[in-house]
Amino acid sequence: MRSVPLWAVVYIGLTAVGAALCAAPALDPSARTPWSAVALLAVLYAGCEQITRLRRVGQRAPRGMAGFFPVLLAGVFLVPPAAAALVAVPGAALARVELRPAPLRRIWRPARYALACWAAATVHVALGGRELLAAGRPAAPDFPLALAPAAAAALVFALVVAALDGGILATAERVPVRSAWRGLFPRSLAPVLVHGFAGLMMAVLWRSPYGPPAALLVLLPMYISWWVLAQYHRERSAHQATIRALVQAVDIKDEYTRGHSERVGEASVLIARELGMEDERVEVLRFAGILHDVGKLGVPTRLLRKDGPLTPEERRVIELHPEYGHEMVRGIGFLGEARSAILHHHERLDGSGYPYGLTGRQIPEFARVVAVADAFDAMTSTRSYRRGRPVADALTELKRCAGRQFDPQMVRALVRALDRHGWRPAVTSDEPEPQRTAAAVGAAHVPGPRGSRAPLAGDRPR
Amino acid sequence: MTRKAAVRQIRVPLMVRAAHAAAGLLAVTALAHVLWSGLEQRGVALAFGALVVVGELARKGGTAREGAAEEREPAPLGAAGALAYALLGENAGHPTHHGVLQVVAVTVAALLVGSVPHLARGRAPTPDHLARRVLTVAFAAVLFQPLYNSGQLAELIGHGPVYALWLVALVALTGLCDAVLAAALVRARTRWPYGPLLRDELRAKRGIGSAVGASGAVMALAVAVAGLWALPLFSLPLLLTQLSFSRYAAVRTTYRQTITSLARATEIAGYTPQGHARRVAALSRAVGRDLGLSGFDLVVLEYAALMHDIGQLSLVDPVRDGATAALPAVEQRRIALLGGAVVRQTGVPSDVAVVVERQADPYRDQPLTARIVRAANAYDEMARGEGPGGPLAALERLRLATGRDYQPEVVESLARVLSRGGLAPAGG
Repeated sequence: MRSVPLWAVVYIGLTAVGAALCAAPALDPSARTPWSAVALLAVLYAGCEQITRLRRVGQRAPRGMAGFFPVLLAGVFLVPPAAAALVAVPGAALARVELRPAPLRRIWRPARYALACWAAATVHVALGGRELLAAGRPAAPDFPLALAPAAAAALVFALVVAALDGGILATAERVPVRSAWRGLFPRSLAPVLVHGFAGLMMAVLWRSPYGPPAALLVLLPMYISWWVLAQYHRERSAHQATIRALVQAVDIKDEYTRGHSERVGEASVLIARELGMEDERVEVLRFAGILHDVGKLGVPTRLLRKDGPLTPEERRVIELHPEYGHEMVRGIGFLGEARSAILHHHERLDGSGYPYGLTGRQIPEFARVVAVADAFDAMTSTRSYRRGRPVADALTELKRCAGRQFDPQMVRALVRALDRHGWRPAVTSDEPEPQRTAAAVGAAHVPGPRGSRAPLAGDRPR
Repeated sequence: MTRKAAVRQIRVPLMVRAAHAAAGLLAVTALAHVLWSGLEQRGVALAFGALVVVGELARKGGTAREGAAEEREPAPLGAAGALAYALLGENAGHPTHHGVLQVVAVTVAALLVGSVPHLARGRAPTPDHLARRVLTVAFAAVLFQPLYNSGQLAELIGHGPVYALWLVALVALTGLCDAVLAAALVRARTRWPYGPLLRDELRAKRGIGSAVGASGAVMALAVAVAGLWALPLFSLPLLLTQLSFSRYAAVRTTYRQTITSLARATEIAGYTPQGHARRVAALSRAVGRDLGLSGFDLVVLEYAALMHDIGQLSLVDPVRDGATAALPAVEQRRIALLGGAVVRQTGVPSDVAVVVERQADPYRDQPLTARIVRAANAYDEMARGEGPGGPLAALERLRLATGRDYQPEVVESLARVLSRGGLAPAGG
């Protein structure tokens, strides 16, 4: 565990002091803080955070409800700014902390939300939101006018959280200052707005004759929506693990290709980015690369492990693997174009490849990419019977065969991509990195490993 | 697919026809009544009708698929809107006067309008879906409207927090009614035991069902306080829920496809005969249903059955016809353990891996799911090899081995499932 940079500690300290200053006026007896409402809201918020600890619910509930704001925003619309800051404190301080250092996080999180709540409530008051919530006689909320201050307050909330998060990324995670704030605000905007409207509904019902029990009802659909979204992310990562399991099943049979599939996936992605493909197609192409040899599952293990030359008969059997692979993944809808890449990755431009002997443009684009990536990794990686060749040699060889065997466009793209990024593949397949959910802003977790993506930013070729 | 075969409808059962007839009669009466006497408070009726239409338009797909509990409510927004109208007492502080029949009429009209585009695309809502919607809305309206309109509700519980709690109680009752009805419909069609079906339905209520119920109650209350503006405002979170559910359903589908492909690997590799994994999965699910498993257990059962042979991939030479049931016990256990190791890497719940690992153990050491998979697997392997009399001979052999390998109850359940003809005979 690396230590926390001094700057981060100072930053968190300053945030905490700021939050304390914002909340302090609530303690003044003359402020007439509505303590019962504050306590009820604080308990509600803490309850939402704690619900994940229950054994039955917790296993499948979202990890830490960081980003579940309706209660906080209801507080913003209901109680004075200083009191609104207090609502967040117990829940955020007691919430489950998964990464160390826990004590720092237990200071940082409440401080962050307290500041955001205070700022949002101040804006709401300044725009006259309080009066609009109970206008006329008998007091009733003045719709649609009451929406404007509420939306503004929600925006300010998102803005403050994003600003503070950017700061922690810059100080604790050492993300370059220019990019620390990038994307934080837009990403949290939509969820915060929706939660803002739910919070407004809570506030309206809270003030109505039906009182807090009615307001509580608003939380249920919001919570379920949140829960389903978390399930979605869980299921998606499970799904990716399954794709990798397909590959590992190949590794069981064919030991010296271990890691080959993942590396071909990486090389395919390099080429695709260089060709300027859209992100979605790039992802599909990654799967195409990873799964290109999945058909080897259909080839007898004895043949795959055979040392020495193959008889023509054995060669024919091995050359069936693209068709086996296509047969296997045929039913996986989301693989789309990847399926044809799996079928055609051994075709050659001059028509001498298999299984169908397609030529030139008849070969699907993805298949032409994977063919180059496959050959490149086959040449550069070390197998039990020979050492891997240097990258430069492999590229020369690829260029030599371009036009006959490989698509020259793909070869050029690979050369350019390697010039730019170098070739440092992850050696073996590893766990999929945890996904950042759209709303749970990643920076909710102060210092900690940020996945393997960050350090790659500064990578230079040899 | 086998599930279709399991739900094969020779004729529509009496219970189902009765439900459809009751809903139809109610709908016609309500529409006739409204046409005769006109709409009370047209603006409110139109607003709620529009909400239901929007909800129906946003509906994905037509049929609720068995097994995916969350997909049972295809149009949550529409359902919540209809429920809110049934429970609506005031509009921005002014009492409303619409009665039960108007609630039903508005819901039916909106359902029909909202279904038109789906009809055009050939994805009409099922009669079951429509009948359930009409009957449950009528149920909620009958519980609420007469009492409210007569003024007795105000006398009894007033207009405070208790009123909100009263609505929650009504919503809960309505949900219960819907679950009972839905389980009865499935029961009438499939003859699966009622208890687990009801449990499944109630479990499904816990997710999207409770979101719909709570939204219905909140919309009714919010309209009472803030007027019709509350409707679009609160539709937003519910639409979001609907969106998350459909994304979740989509990823679940691709996940299932991937698992099925992984299962096919052994078939393509020639370790197991064509369609074996799928047949074992279908048979295991049917037996699991018959033995009263539900929800999560059925998913575990299906995944484990699909992947039960995956360990064979590590064999250098295939076992002849993949007939592992005929191998020595030690060898079987080794394959099972290797399979469990692969399954653990797939990210499926660890329960699945346990089933695969324990597959070759005597039944007394196994969890129920593993007992089912083992019996179904052995049956499929044995029945295939023995010609026309295969199925009977296979069952006989399973019965003879109930001392150690197969649990007698599971074998009997297997026999029941097969005799019902719920599954096509295991042909190669």
